[in-house]
Amino acid sequence: MSVNKRHNNDSPEHLAYLNKIKQKEIAVRVSQIAILLAFLALWELAASLKWIDSFITSQPTRIWNTIRNLYQTGELYRHVFVTLYETIIGFTLGTITGTAIAIVLWWSDFAAKVADPYLVVLNSLPKVALGPIIIVWMGAGTASIVTMALLVSVIVTVIGVLNGFLDVSPDKIKLLKTFGATKRQILTKVVLPASIPTIISALKINVGMSWVGVIVGEFLVSKAGLGYLAVYGGQVFQLDLVMTSVIIMLVAAALMYQGVAWLEKRYMKGRR
Amino acid sequence: MNEQSIVIMDAVNLNYHSPEGETPALEDISLSVSKGEFISIVGPSGCGKTTILSLIAGLIRPTSGRILIEGKEVDGPSSKTGYMLQQDHLFEWRTIQQNVLLGLEIQGKITKENKRRAIHLLETYGLADFRDHYPWQLSGGMRQRVALIRTLAINPDLLLLDEPFSALDYQTRLALSDEVAGIIRKEEKTALLVTHDISEAISMSDRILVLSKRPGSVKSEYSIHLTGENRSPVELRKAPEFRNYFNKIWKELDVHVS
Repeated sequence: MSVNKRHNNDSPEHLAYLNKIKQKEIAVRVSQIAILLAFLALWELAASLKWIDSFITSQPTRIWNTIRNLYQTGELYRHVFVTLYETIIGFTLGTITGTAIAIVLWWSDFAAKVADPYLVVLNSLPKVALGPIIIVWMGAGTASIVTMALLVSVIVTVIGVLNGFLDVSPDKIKLLKTFGATKRQILTKVVLPASIPTIISALKINVGMSWVGVIVGEFLVSKAGLGYLAVYGGQVFQLDLVMTSVIIMLVAAALMYQGVAWLEKRYMKGRR
Repeated sequence: MNEQSIVIMDAVNLNYHSPEGETPALEDISLSVSKGEFISIVGPSGCGKTTILSLIAGLIRPTSGRILIEGKEVDGPSSKTGYMLQQDHLFEWRTIQQNVLLGLEIQGKITKENKRRAIHLLETYGLADFRDHYPWQLSGGMRQRVALIRTLAINPDLLLLDEPFSALDYQTRLALSDEVAGIIRKEEKTALLVTHDISEAISMSDRILVLSKRPGSVKSEYSIHLTGENRSPVELRKAPEFRNYFNKIWKELDVHVS
């Protein structure tokens, strides 16, 4: 019986062992935060002592002031909201479309064989190059930006998820067939649930991918959003604005990634 | 081949097709299994033992010949047969109880009564406390027991056992074969066991079929009569006739390490 249970009456030796692990975790976290703080402090110091030209490099306090100004004028919300909205839509569409295509290709071996060379070529094409075409077709607006995000993430999703489907043990499928399962049941009872780890790692990749798509889209056409803010800041030579938008992107992308990690934890509960 | 036969294979041939050509896998297999009988099929690896089970389970069709279960020609998987694979293949995202109910779920037979029966099986065979556990929390032997109960939950008359013990260590294997034989006898099932373990076959079966090398055909057949008060396979290994059967089948298999 290999049932893992935490006992309350652990031996001192075991407690010491647990303590050691805990301490190591704390040390890692402290070092991570220390590096960030040291970097910010050095940046601030170098800028105020004129070692570097803060007009070009900006500096933490100036970024902080920019954020505050944007916040006070209400523009911060608008830009963050626009970009987040586009990213989440692009991310969701990319994941759902990609998974749906993967299901079709799993279902029909023939379709998968036919699609193979197209997938390979499309995967290696830099989707960003399609930007001008998309703008002409979809107009200079949100639709183009979302499409960009969708295009950047969809092919990777198809390939990743399909490989996950095909990796499901043939014996598990045989087991279901002995019960007389239909193809649909094989999909819903074993192939999809067994592929959840693969789908989640596709989600993780797609967080980054859809951010790339949205920011590139905003660089090309937009009147609002963090990508717009960065481009605008560059054009008027306000590096504070550029740095600010980059930092907000960093935070937002990290939060989104954490969201997926939370999903993963929830769905993987009980699995090993 | 009388009315008591639950399975009849009549002059069954099977060829495998691949781009490299056509390979005969089974040649003129005829056999019949009576109700309540425990039959083992032994043979060299690659002789098509598992293929026979796949045919009876309705997963593949024979090239020629007939296969009947309870007098009806097999034309696909049926709930009369239960298949047990080499690995337990419990789904790691399902609890033990959810795993056991898988077959009923697929066949759309989740009724109160069937569910109660399945849970009762878990209780009878010492797994009640693990109903809500996940597979990784169980040992290999327990997992394979759950796999057997998953097979029994659909209430099949015939059990097809495809080397169900071969992935386990020796001690677990002995203990589990004992237990499985007990369960099968108690539930009054007919069983067809494929194995390459001669001792396992002798200790568990009423009858043993020895297959030839590929293309597999029935080379010989042994009715096993072991004397012993206890019908448990582990005890039956001590029967005086055991060694005799072992030597005969060993010779028949003609194993060479080359």
